[in-house]
Amino acid sequence: MTYKIFLTRLGNGLLVLLGVAIMNFTLVHMAPGDPAMIFAGEAGGGDETYVEQLRQDMGLDKPLVTQFAIYAGDLLRGDLGYSFRNQRDVASMIVERIPATLLLTMTAFGIALIIGIVFGMLGGWFRNTLLDRGLMIVTLVLYATPLFWLAMMFVLLFSVRLGWFPPFGMQSVLVPDAPLDRLLDIGRHLVLPAFSLGLFYAATYARLVRASVINVSNADFVKTARAKGVPGGRILRVHVLRNAILPVFSLASVHIGQLVGGAVLTETVFAWPGIGRLMFDAILQRDYPVILGVFLTTGLLVILVNIVTDLLYRIVDPRIEHTAGN
Amino acid sequence: MKNILKNTSLAIGLALLALILVIAVFAHVFYPVSPWQSAATPLLEPFSQSGLPLGSDMLGRDVAAGIAYGARVSLTVGVVSTIISVTLGVTIGAVAGFYGGVLDNLLMRFTELFQTVPQFAMAVVFVAIFSPSLVTIVLAISLVSWPPVARLVRGEVMSLKSREFVKAGIVLGESESGLIFRHILPNAVSPIVVMASLMVATAILTESALSFLGLGDRNMISWGYMIGASRTMLRDAWWLSVFPGLAIVVTVVAVNLIGEGFEKALNPQAHGERKA
Repeated sequence: MTYKIFLTRLGNGLLVLLGVAIMNFTLVHMAPGDPAMIFAGEAGGGDETYVEQLRQDMGLDKPLVTQFAIYAGDLLRGDLGYSFRNQRDVASMIVERIPATLLLTMTAFGIALIIGIVFGMLGGWFRNTLLDRGLMIVTLVLYATPLFWLAMMFVLLFSVRLGWFPPFGMQSVLVPDAPLDRLLDIGRHLVLPAFSLGLFYAATYARLVRASVINVSNADFVKTARAKGVPGGRILRVHVLRNAILPVFSLASVHIGQLVGGAVLTETVFAWPGIGRLMFDAILQRDYPVILGVFLTTGLLVILVNIVTDLLYRIVDPRIEHTAGN
Repeated sequence: MKNILKNTSLAIGLALLALILVIAVFAHVFYPVSPWQSAATPLLEPFSQSGLPLGSDMLGRDVAAGIAYGARVSLTVGVVSTIISVTLGVTIGAVAGFYGGVLDNLLMRFTELFQTVPQFAMAVVFVAIFSPSLVTIVLAISLVSWPPVARLVRGEVMSLKSREFVKAGIVLGESESGLIFRHILPNAVSPIVVMASLMVATAILTESALSFLGLGDRNMISWGYMIGASRTMLRDAWWLSVFPGLAIVVTVVAVNLIGEGFEKALNPQAHGERKA
């Protein structure tokens, strides 16, 4: 059963990937100028012989369908094009940066979940108290704060003023030798980027969990538990929480994509060596093959993470098995 | 009307937004000199010189003037891109929900695709390829923000089309477009209004992020641009990034409060519980 669902998800994922490829292809062809010029880098980026070579490779004189087939074939072989600006193969530039982005986004996602669930639980359980009002104001403001600005404010406060955490990078210039020290070093660099990326989503989850805690608290099974004399803390943990966090998981798949997008901003501020920072540098240099390649890769990451969260969701909520296929 | 007056979040939101709107509209009256032009010595701290409450940047430009003119970009992009994406979303959602079948299936697949793809990365690609301008920024934001509207409208239309007043319309010989626009959609207005107001907030945040990355309109000063330009000065001139950032936060809070207020006013049963 699970196996079948997994295959369906994979099929859907491949469709999305095809969609992203079509989007990339369409955008490049709709853009002003010749796609070969765009791939070689705007004005002056590529020399004439290279552009001519590209024109032939891309089959620009052939029908659009053929051109797309050539592009799709390249993608399937893992060929994302060549960055003339960096004199490097785009795929290899991206691959070496993926681990850093995964580390950052997954940590941020964990932080968002933990803070969101705790805040939401507190707010929902102690609703309309001073604590609840305070948390609502905090989440309202966090929800309105630009990711990149929060990141800069963190640098200003925790690095420049207090000196608690390093302001940029993933490792110190002098990388410690011992494996444990290296890990701690990366951890120290990770704190600020992960929190600044995670807090925005923490605010979203806090509001969601608060609403669903209030909702579940009025359910019959909770009233029954109360009537039986089950202590409040136990009701919250056993009866309410498990049901109240489900909406968070169903939203998670949408947010993974946004987190990866947000990583572009966070990595830019912190010079975190992931694909987001790569995209920013590519924007500055108008290095289109890299920009398009990163876009495609983020799509791929989202699909993979979605499959994983989907499986996790099934573990958290066994009832979903019955409605599978929708 | 009484309900609306009692609605504190709506009142606070509207008051804040009115203030920002006044600043945006009369920016050229408050600051007749272009915000790009040097007005004082570079890097003056805030409150250190009269007439320059928020200090000056590395080229001596007045930070307060930049914030006043920047409000124009934020509000314009927020409102215009929301109007476009709501139009797009309502059209696609209404067609899918009304006709159902294969068309519905195709349109929803299309919608899902746009929802799965990392939206911000897509907006970046769009603006980078078509070169940054107010128009491409608005189009990019519209392109990535219509899917939730389409899904919402599709659901509403599907549940409304089997209601009696719609059947009565069919019996009376009302055309399909008449059914959709005169009978069904007016009944789905309130959730769309709530969603649209929250979309304005997201659009303002996205615009600031694009400008921060250097993908803003070069001819217009914007809050995101100001923050991006001062990134390397963070250590020495905190005010260059702190004030434009606060401007974004206040504006987005105001818009979100209005959205929440609408939700309370239009949907009293489920007040305050926003679905993200």
